[in-house]
Amino acid sequence: MTSKLICIECPQGCGMEVWLEGGKVVSVSGNTCPRGDKYARSEMENPVRTFTSSVLAEGLDIKMLPVRTSGPIPKDKLFAAMAEVKKIVVSKPVQAGDAVAENFMGLGVNLTACRPAKPA
Amino acid sequence: MNERELVVVGGGPAGMAAALGAAAAGVKDILLLERDQHLGGILNQCIHPGFGLHRFKAELTGPEYADRFVRETLQNPAIEVSLRSFAVKLTNTLKLSYLRPGALEEVKAKAVILATGCRERTREMIPISGSRPAGIYPAGLAQKMINMEGWIPGREAVIVGSGDIGLIMARRMALEGMKVKAVIEIQPKSRGLARNVAQCLDDYGIPLYLSHKIVRIEGSNRVERVIAAAVDGDFCEKPGTRFEIACDTVLISVGLIPENELLEMSGAEIDRKTNAPVANEVNRTSVPGVFACGNACRVYDLVDWVTRDSEKAGAMAAQHIREGK
Repeated sequence: MTSKLICIECPQGCGMEVWLEGGKVVSVSGNTCPRGDKYARSEMENPVRTFTSSVLAEGLDIKMLPVRTSGPIPKDKLFAAMAEVKKIVVSKPVQAGDAVAENFMGLGVNLTACRPAKPA
Repeated sequence: MNERELVVVGGGPAGMAAALGAAAAGVKDILLLERDQHLGGILNQCIHPGFGLHRFKAELTGPEYADRFVRETLQNPAIEVSLRSFAVKLTNTLKLSYLRPGALEEVKAKAVILATGCRERTREMIPISGSRPAGIYPAGLAQKMINMEGWIPGREAVIVGSGDIGLIMARRMALEGMKVKAVIEIQPKSRGLARNVAQCLDDYGIPLYLSHKIVRIEGSNRVERVIAAAVDGDFCEKPGTRFEIACDTVLISVGLIPENELLEMSGAEIDRKTNAPVANEVNRTSVPGVFACGNACRVYDLVDWVTRDSEKAGAMAAQHIREGK
């Protein structure tokens, strides 16, 4: 069987067609670069997304600190990740790239700060 | 009056790239004005990934993309950054006035680069009838509220317009636990990137109504519902297609318009329809020595291209300072 999807790897947004047999990807067409092929295979077999949100900051020069996962996480964990970041309060100064939570939710990625925050 | 070689107005991606571009081209005396208390501009509220693929071959969030330039800007000895500084006047002789806490400053420059970005188009710029309840927000304002202030604007939302900011906000609100009931787009295709329709709407089961419009917003104090309808090829309502969507929040995502009041004050020619400077080359204006870059010059889809073109604006200003043209 075939499945259609739009590549989300870059702003070009290639329309792709994926051939599947027994739930496994046999071939990908319509992509214009190798990232598309990789995305299509992942999306069919183990869909993942980079998670971003903001966490509460206390005593710092911003109210909310933007954070991201250092790598993609399973798509079906996004809402659990939202619940998890609501529990976090950052009160120490950070630089962009500093880990706010290590091995976030046991997923093998860190939750990292996306910008610096200084004392208020 | 203070004298400067170059004054850059706006400390977002365009202003920082312009200042850095001018410094790289040899300008030694640059004043960068930013009205907020941080550099970074609109990128600070764009916490989603997708920035920098061209520039850095990496997928960064908005704040991460900004941070790379903030560091460079603050470390550059040719650039003096003045935060909480709001430019209020510009003349055609390149005299610029700005307010900063406790002072009204005046400065005479050899060149001025306006990197003042855009405002959002508002509900008043598109015809939607009905009452005027609370709960109607420009999409970018809602983005700032949620991502930077930690406020959730409502519980059930409808988004008018399928520009990228609206699509990104549909996903954000869904993740924040709001119910996003519909995105309504008057055009027959989405105005945002295909990837954003896929990853912001399809991923979350949010319906996109193409060739539809909101005909009324109803509610006494707070928004209670919107009335939507299908439109024909001339964007006129098709009779008998009205339906109601209950919601307490409406986001308006119908595009951006350059913020060019300073440029207008300087006497430069401005296109009344787009609010962009009239000139035969990107970054130029009709006033010699006054340049406009980034979203103040034209509305960009990608910040990577804002950086690229704004660096050129810096080089063009440097040439003007050197050669007077």
